[in-house]
Amino acid sequence: MAVEGKAIDALGQFELGTVLGPVGAAVGFTQSNLHMLVAGALIVALMLYGMAPRAMVPGRLQSVAEGAYGFIDDMLLAQVGPEGRRFFPFVFTLFMFVLFGNMLGLFPYAFTYTSHISLTFTLAMVVFVLITVVAISLHGKHFFGYFFPEGAPLWLAPIIIPVEIVSYLSRPVSLSIRLFANMVAGHVMLKVFATFVVMLGALGTVGPVLSIMPLAINVALVGFEVLVAFLQAYVFAILTCIYLHDAVHLH
Amino acid sequence: MVDDRDAFKQRLDAARARQGLDPAPKGGSQGGLPGGSWGIGFRAGVEVVSALVVGVGLGLALDWWLGTKPWLFLVFFLLGSAAGVMNVYRLFTPRRVRRD
Repeated sequence: MAVEGKAIDALGQFELGTVLGPVGAAVGFTQSNLHMLVAGALIVALMLYGMAPRAMVPGRLQSVAEGAYGFIDDMLLAQVGPEGRRFFPFVFTLFMFVLFGNMLGLFPYAFTYTSHISLTFTLAMVVFVLITVVAISLHGKHFFGYFFPEGAPLWLAPIIIPVEIVSYLSRPVSLSIRLFANMVAGHVMLKVFATFVVMLGALGTVGPVLSIMPLAINVALVGFEVLVAFLQAYVFAILTCIYLHDAVHLH
Repeated sequence: MVDDRDAFKQRLDAARARQGLDPAPKGGSQGGLPGGSWGIGFRAGVEVVSALVVGVGLGLALDWWLGTKPWLFLVFFLLGSAAGVMNVYRLFTPRRVRRD
């Protein structure tokens, strides 16, 4: 599938197809949806089974569950402040969903749902609507003062206000493009070097020896991708926290 | 004597911070965002591109709505560029910390 003729098909892995046979085809149930359900089930299982023993000295799964909980709790406390704790369920769900999507995508035959801009942009729009609603409900009309910093000369208002509005509207776009671009770039690179392995391997006697090089690169890339998968989930969560901070404190 | 009181104050501060009674100190420009030259460069690029995308998109949409074909697009292209530069500027200036 990767090598069709002599061309490298690096983007075929992002194509959506229906799963579960005719039933899935009838309702348009794609492998992306399937992986989202799997990720959701894994997250719920981790939290339920991990926390089931409630041991004083945690076991492995309980450590993971507690670590994830504490990680997001600390992040909210540091970035938003004590009043940010009420957003914990939202940020935790977002972080775990993105993290599991990124990590699941690294398994062979798996599909990376975070590599679709439609999904990342939807998540970013949820964040955007939330921070706007929170800011307006907490501060009322003062929210619109956000678009004009105090102390700026009044005659600059026609320039500053549209620029600030465009800057504010660019938040969900930058949030979604960052995650989407990182995941697509990583998976394209993996696919390209994996294709090199196959192409070089078919080159005769020297081929298999030469193909060790792209294979070695791919091994390093997989490690790098694990880092990127975690880092991007972290960046998504912490930027949500920073935006929540702006919404709560408004400056 | 002084040492004792300092130790007590440290423990008190640690306990207060744990309970979220004191606002935690904020470091860096974007809180705890990871650094690294590639990461920062990529972030800056994404900020500029997304502001431009929003500016151009808004301009084209308003043009289509109001029938002022190229003009609002041009205006919003400039606004988008300015917003992109401002996003990058914000990325590198420390966030103002207000005690409230």
